[in-house]
Amino acid sequence: MIEAVGLTKRYGAKTAVYNLSFQVRPGTVTGFLGPNGSGKSTTMRMILGLDRPTAGHVTIGGHAFRDLPNAPRQVGALLDAKAVHGGRSARNHLLSLAQLSGIPASRVDEVLGVVGLQDVAKNRSKGFSLGMGQRLGIAAALLGDPQVLLFDEPVNGLDPEGILWVRNLMKMLASEGRTVFVSSHLMSEMALTAEHLIVIGRGQLLADMSVKDFIAANSAGFARVRTPQTDAAQREKLSAVLTEAGGQVLPEQDGALRVTGLALPRISDLAHEADVRLWELSPHQASLEEAYMRMTQTAVDYRSTDDQLAGFAAQQGPGALLPDAAAPVPQPVPQQGWYAPPPPQPGVPHPGVPGSGPVPADQNPYAQPVQAPVQEAAPTPPSLSKSDDTTPEDAR
Amino acid sequence: MAVAQVLNSEWTKIKSVRSTVWTLTMAFVFTVGLGFLISLLSKDQFSKMNARELQFIDPTLTSFAGTGLGQLAMIVFGVLVVGNEYSTGMIRTSLAAVPRRGAFLFSKIGIATLLAFAVALVTSFVTFFVGQAALGRFKASIGDPGVLRAVFGGALYMTLIAVFAMGVATILRSPMLSLGILMPIFFLIAPILGGVEATRKIAQYLPDQAGTKVMQVVTPENDVAPYGPWGGFGIMVAWAALAVLCGWLVLKNRDA
Amino acid sequence: MIEVAGLSKRYGQKLAVDDLTFQVRPGIVTGFLGPNGAGKSTTMRMMLDLDRPTAGAVRIDGKRYTDLKDPLTYVGALLDAKALHGGRSAYNHLLCLAQSNGIPASRVGEVLDTVGLTAVAKKRSKGFSLGMGQRLGIAGALLGDPQILMFDEPVNGLDPEGIHWIRNLMKSLAAQGRTVFVSSHLMSEMALTADHLVVIGQGRLLADTSMADFIRTNSRSYVRLRSPQQERLRDVLHQAGITVVTAGNGTLEVDGVASEQLGELAAQHQLVLHELSPQQASLEEAFMQLTAGSVEYHAHSEPASGQGWGSTGGEN
Repeated sequence: MIEAVGLTKRYGAKTAVYNLSFQVRPGTVTGFLGPNGSGKSTTMRMILGLDRPTAGHVTIGGHAFRDLPNAPRQVGALLDAKAVHGGRSARNHLLSLAQLSGIPASRVDEVLGVVGLQDVAKNRSKGFSLGMGQRLGIAAALLGDPQVLLFDEPVNGLDPEGILWVRNLMKMLASEGRTVFVSSHLMSEMALTAEHLIVIGRGQLLADMSVKDFIAANSAGFARVRTPQTDAAQREKLSAVLTEAGGQVLPEQDGALRVTGLALPRISDLAHEADVRLWELSPHQASLEEAYMRMTQTAVDYRSTDDQLAGFAAQQGPGALLPDAAAPVPQPVPQQGWYAPPPPQPGVPHPGVPGSGPVPADQNPYAQPVQAPVQEAAPTPPSLSKSDDTTPEDAR
Repeated sequence: MAVAQVLNSEWTKIKSVRSTVWTLTMAFVFTVGLGFLISLLSKDQFSKMNARELQFIDPTLTSFAGTGLGQLAMIVFGVLVVGNEYSTGMIRTSLAAVPRRGAFLFSKIGIATLLAFAVALVTSFVTFFVGQAALGRFKASIGDPGVLRAVFGGALYMTLIAVFAMGVATILRSPMLSLGILMPIFFLIAPILGGVEATRKIAQYLPDQAGTKVMQVVTPENDVAPYGPWGGFGIMVAWAALAVLCGWLVLKNRDA
Repeated sequence: MIEVAGLSKRYGQKLAVDDLTFQVRPGIVTGFLGPNGAGKSTTMRMMLDLDRPTAGAVRIDGKRYTDLKDPLTYVGALLDAKALHGGRSAYNHLLCLAQSNGIPASRVGEVLDTVGLTAVAKKRSKGFSLGMGQRLGIAGALLGDPQILMFDEPVNGLDPEGIHWIRNLMKSLAAQGRTVFVSSHLMSEMALTADHLVVIGQGRLLADTSMADFIRTNSRSYVRLRSPQQERLRDVLHQAGITVVTAGNGTLEVDGVASEQLGELAAQHQLVLHELSPQQASLEEAFMQLTAGSVEYHAHSEPASGQGWGSTGGEN
């Protein structure tokens, strides 16, 4: 259990962290999110007693880090994989850490095995790749078999196999009842790893809630509807009917419709009434990234310009040259994951996003089931289009 | 790819880093300052000399006594101009922009050489006049035979030292390694070898020992060098050319 | 268009890249995947003639990289965000690159603006964070307005806003008809960005295929059905000879039949469907399946120490 109370840190005139209070509970992986410069690293450093808070305090299991008896056996941290003496071998590096806190040498070989570095244990860490350095840092964090673990960007430099491994490792550590606190910029990765989120922006707490609630509160889901490709009229008809029924309909790149504001059963119902067959009717929840972007968009330090190609001759909008866009489709949804409408720019209301305020989970338009038959038949299986590979698993 | 573009680019590179300014400033300050101090001290020493000894005093060379230290700053300049490309990783960006490695290297060395020569020329003349002022009645005049050549040669010497360093840094691809080798050579090994009778025959063909000859106006009493001022300078040019050539071959054939 | 033909690179005994042949086509984002040590970076470096191939060749629009006049106007590459002199300001760094390729100096300000570094343009890049360095590297790649762009791990160090931005940037560059070649270890990121994949392992080509095909070939896909008339639906599917798996919370899963077909089938039998969604495994799963044999540093399961932690290796 990590507990921060009114944590504040000022560097001269700049307040890096302001009045931050949160708890990181054992048994779950807690993600720590925030834009660059939001104070994540400073907070991590204060938790580990590396920086002194200007005001407030942070405790681990009820003690300040500096007061912890034998801290390395209670808290393990990976802050910066390069904080290693490059001339020392991996094994000696860990051995020196182990000896400092009375950890038996046998544990060193164990953790080297856990992170998969046993074959290079005798090599000097200078020659390590970023990914290997990261594994060594994780080994050091695990060394004391601590109950509390902090990881700052743990998957940095790891390859897909390593990323999967770290993800499973963190989940397993949490399932053993440990406290696992992870900061990362990779939303898709966080969505797969963390159950709980603490989000800060400009040094202040923006959210402290479960991943599920966070997504529900900060973004709207939608339905993806596809009608038989052979019959464009059906699509137009359905689009008109859905709009009339109060839904917002946007065309997608592959000819599917993105519908917000109507529950799936209701869409099914309306399609039946309009005599339109459906080839797809999938619920999509917005991604963690989208929810996050929505929440933090005012708290970003270095923002790129919206027009990414200011100086380029060809200034077509995204997707303008895609063959699908040749169809008479007004304003195709930019193909960015097919499920996530772009975060609305300040002052520009996005058609797919009703209201910018948080939507309580119980107002999910897909919550109330309504019945409707779907009819007619002419089984002509066309090939699946590219967009079909988006699954709700991807869209967490 | 026009060579002018690459030269322009290298000029931007060289003037946009601080190390250029401080190494060249140090080259100027050391050479002029130390030359002035030694000239001052030499004036006292000269005034105690007899007529025979006074035949062999070389006021021009005396005022260039600071070159020994100033050349170290020039070596640092040369090493950093090339070596920093490697130590920072910029070399990969540079070679992606200019894949013709010969054009890249010779433009870089060319621009750095011109800049070094401009600074060295100013340094040389300032050193001469400041030194002569300190020498008082023992001073040489710029119009005396061989003096202008020596002063000009001083500038060429400083420049070639930098070029030699650039070549070595291109071969070794590391500023630390290059400095670790060049500094002891020019600061310790060459002077020691040159100072000992038995090894002088070899040492006199080292770049700095040979190159220094161009700054001499008066031949020392027991000079054994089998070459004159321009001969010595020629030996130094050969050294620098060899270093650059080897550097080019290394750059051309190795992975960046 | 980048054409790689029979490309090999040997370092001493080790064959880092082994007879690689593939093409990177314009108009799409091509992802370049492989485990650590697979030879991705070496291949990208050979594309820019930074490393010399032991055998084979790379052609950029039919020419060797060395023969391109002003190469930055053909190919923009971000290989390593740290490949710059930290003592030089962001502006001067880009300026010297621009000058070497005859690109007007005004373009420097434009790309700095594009990547959002205008405010720190005069600062020395030494003080930049990894994310800012990455943005500067991207600015360098865009400098010559090239038709071909190469990015090696572009999202490294970027925050979510930056990740979102670079993803959309790459997509719009491809949409303009440019060739975009990007390597990454982040499968979830790749799944959102790339249209086509080139996968290598231990220096050899493992796959050169579209994203959809890659996932389809290397993992299980199914269609999820939800209906208020679940029993009837099950019967109808059964009669059609379709195998159904009942999953949790009242959904049915069908393997190997397209959602179009199921939609038509349901319509035929007047069945109400509340969900008809094609599901596919993630790119990560597909990638793991394909590369299981070619990983260099495998994390191992916890030795039998009884401490209870550890890793589940690549294939779980």
